Amino acid sequence: MQLRAEDAVLTDSSENWPRHAAGGAPTHAVEPAAMQSFADETPDDTRPCLTVEQLNLCYGPKQALRSIDMDIPEKRVTAYIGPSGCGKSTLLRCFNRMNDLYDNVRVEGSIALHGQNIYDKSVNVADLRRRVGMVFQKPNPFPKSIYENVAYGLRLQGINKRRILDRVIERSLKSAALWDEVKDRLHDNALGLSGGQQQRLVIARAIAIEPEVLLLDEPCSALDPISTLKIEELIYELKSNYTIIIVTHNMQQAARVSDYTAFMYLGSLVEFGPTRRIFTNPKEKQTEDYITGRYG
Amino acid sequence: MNENLQTWVRSGKPWIWLNAGMASAAIIMVVGLLLYIAVRGLSHFWPDPVVRFEYAEADGKLSKVLGEIVETETLSAARLRAIGMTPPPGETRVQRVLIKTANRDLTGADFQWFLRHNVRNEEHPEGVLELEREEWGNFIGFPLALKENGKVVERGSALKSGLAARLQRRAAIKAEIRDIEKDRIGAVNHRLEQMRRQERKAEAGGMLDAEARAAFDEERKSLDRQYAALTGQLGKFYADIRRDSLLMKTVDGTEVDIPFEKIVRAYEPNAMGPFDRLVFFFGKFREFVADDPREANTEGGIHPAIFGTVLMVIIMAVMVTPFGVMAAVYLSEYAKQGPLTRMIRIAVNNLAGVPSVVYGVFGLGFFVYFLGGSIDELFYPEALPAPTFGTPGLLWSSLTLALLTVPVVIVATEESLSRIPKTIREGSLALGATKAETLWRTVLPMATPGMMTGVILAIARAAGEVAPLMLVGVVKLAPSLPLDGNAPFLHLDRKFMHLGFHIYDVGFQSPNVEAARPLVYATAFLLVLVIVVLNLTAIRIRNRLREKYNAAES
Repeated sequence: MQLRAEDAVLTDSSENWPRHAAGGAPTHAVEPAAMQSFADETPDDTRPCLTVEQLNLCYGPKQALRSIDMDIPEKRVTAYIGPSGCGKSTLLRCFNRMNDLYDNVRVEGSIALHGQNIYDKSVNVADLRRRVGMVFQKPNPFPKSIYENVAYGLRLQGINKRRILDRVIERSLKSAALWDEVKDRLHDNALGLSGGQQQRLVIARAIAIEPEVLLLDEPCSALDPISTLKIEELIYELKSNYTIIIVTHNMQQAARVSDYTAFMYLGSLVEFGPTRRIFTNPKEKQTEDYITGRYG
Repeated sequence: MNENLQTWVRSGKPWIWLNAGMASAAIIMVVGLLLYIAVRGLSHFWPDPVVRFEYAEADGKLSKVLGEIVETETLSAARLRAIGMTPPPGETRVQRVLIKTANRDLTGADFQWFLRHNVRNEEHPEGVLELEREEWGNFIGFPLALKENGKVVERGSALKSGLAARLQRRAAIKAEIRDIEKDRIGAVNHRLEQMRRQERKAEAGGMLDAEARAAFDEERKSLDRQYAALTGQLGKFYADIRRDSLLMKTVDGTEVDIPFEKIVRAYEPNAMGPFDRLVFFFGKFREFVADDPREANTEGGIHPAIFGTVLMVIIMAVMVTPFGVMAAVYLSEYAKQGPLTRMIRIAVNNLAGVPSVVYGVFGLGFFVYFLGGSIDELFYPEALPAPTFGTPGLLWSSLTLALLTVPVVIVATEESLSRIPKTIREGSLALGATKAETLWRTVLPMATPGMMTGVILAIARAAGEVAPLMLVGVVKLAPSLPLDGNAPFLHLDRKFMHLGFHIYDVGFQSPNVEAARPLVYATAFLLVLVIVVLNLTAIRIRNRLREKYNAAES
């Protein structure tokens, strides 16, 4: 089962990607012409959402990220690929300062969100995380009702009016393609959902507070192929409203869902460009070796 | 053969047998303990039949004995001689019986040992009446007549129905008397005491002018009038209740006139069917649970002790939970982990191992004398030199036990906090929650089942603790419950009774050993019952919480 699903998607490659997205939302179909434009060398068809400059990060004495420089375009899907331990997740966690939770982490350089350095002292971390949402590898719904899970971020902002909550929750669950499955049991415990549903619930929870950026840290690695497919469709739909950054181990997935791909190796950014070019015509030897499966 | 044994040993079976044996031993011990206590304690409430026999004394005279057989035991002749009884010649093993002869006011003792060998003509006489009295223990004898104002009104067969009616009348009047004595006069006294303090306070503050003094005098006069009216009523009721008396004859023919005022209960132990006995049993048990003690705690009930134990444990739990939880939250969530936190943890764990009586000494010195003394000086100067909080009481007992059990709560809470998956915390933080919001909205609710486990352990430990309480608030007999109808309703400064201390008191401080022994078992049984009920309640709450937040356990 798994093989078939993977194969089908693999052979489709990016040009045919709208085909299986068509079932979900035909309005967002991307015409092949647009995909062609990604072949362009400079990823500047939209303005940058996040600008990373000379980012270095150390866990104690160990350097995990080395002078990263990149612009992440707005309202596109950017994927990070690379072997385990190459720093993709660490970099992702820099975007919402999740690394602050560890005591011995030191960050140098800057990351600017729409021009404002998020590592500036004046930045309120809670506010930043409200603007940069995150979905984790393992689905982590709170042990509350489905409704309360989605309402969590809103209640944090002091929004407690039933009418507003109802509306936002319905909208978020619909955007996360979960509404039809849970609309009759919104007040059941979220832990009763399947893994895939839980992951979509977590996405709904993240988009309920309307972040500007959505960070996905290997969102499908704990899911079965069907759920993976649903999440991928969801990513495709969400990118019209959100800047999405996804870390994945699965190169096919990166090829399927992303507009831009960054390849990282040993804490450095090796290559970054439009997905199609990275996968068809990589400039760096290391990238090519990784993509063709020679190492990593 | 040897090889067989080896394979058997290597298969691990002997080990399994050993483990299973230990587990069953534990179960047998628990069940056995409970059964033993329950049987020895509850049999006290069962009405035993009364026997009458003739007993040959050492000098050959026959004396008549009437009473309940309490216990039979076999002794060697030598031991019997050693305790001052003369065994029959030629016998080496002798049986002796313990008879509850009651009638302590006549004979001086209500239990007596007799040698089985010398017992003649044993029978269960008809018409024996056993009376439970407010003083002097039970009376066993034969009813002769009912008297009203000293004149005989009923004899013979009509006596029985008259007895029941008069007992009912007595109970009704008794209830009125209790109402006046305990509640209404109590309220007047409470108000008088309050006024006395207000007046002294005003005096000390120089606020007591002629007008205020007049107001105080006015109210005092009205209270005095109320008091006089109540005592008047009381006198009438007492005269009423003293009207009737019952003329009884003991087994050796002495006639005794027993006023109804003192008769709690009357029954014919030899005429009761199984159903009557059952009704009697439950009646006695109800009395034991719901009534005040009488006769230096050897008769009546233990209601104040049950009440005191439960209230003290509840107040303890209410105080220890926030204290322990907050300490644990700081230790595991906020404090920088290092040698200092490690030392604090070790200190907390060691605190759990300090003997409880040490806490009692600390509570007496710090809470009662220092804190209580300071509170008295600051807030109750008008009552001094009589202490209000500067004396052992409910509050200090609860606080001392809270201190004793706080390590348990801290350890359990830390444990449950550390079990909450990091992903859940990160999920909350990623939604823009601050650390405090994450703690309040997600982590603490998820940790509540673990905290409840700590509270359950704390309750179990606190409910069984006696030694420290003897220093900081428990008394043999408390005049009033710590919770009543007079403002402020909950009197944290009052001394209280406690089941554990009651066991000690009845068992070791009672003048009437034989009468007290079954009560020790019955009280122990109730103590276990109270702890079980408290624990089950807490466990139910925890399980409900756990269902709600089942992720914390998975």
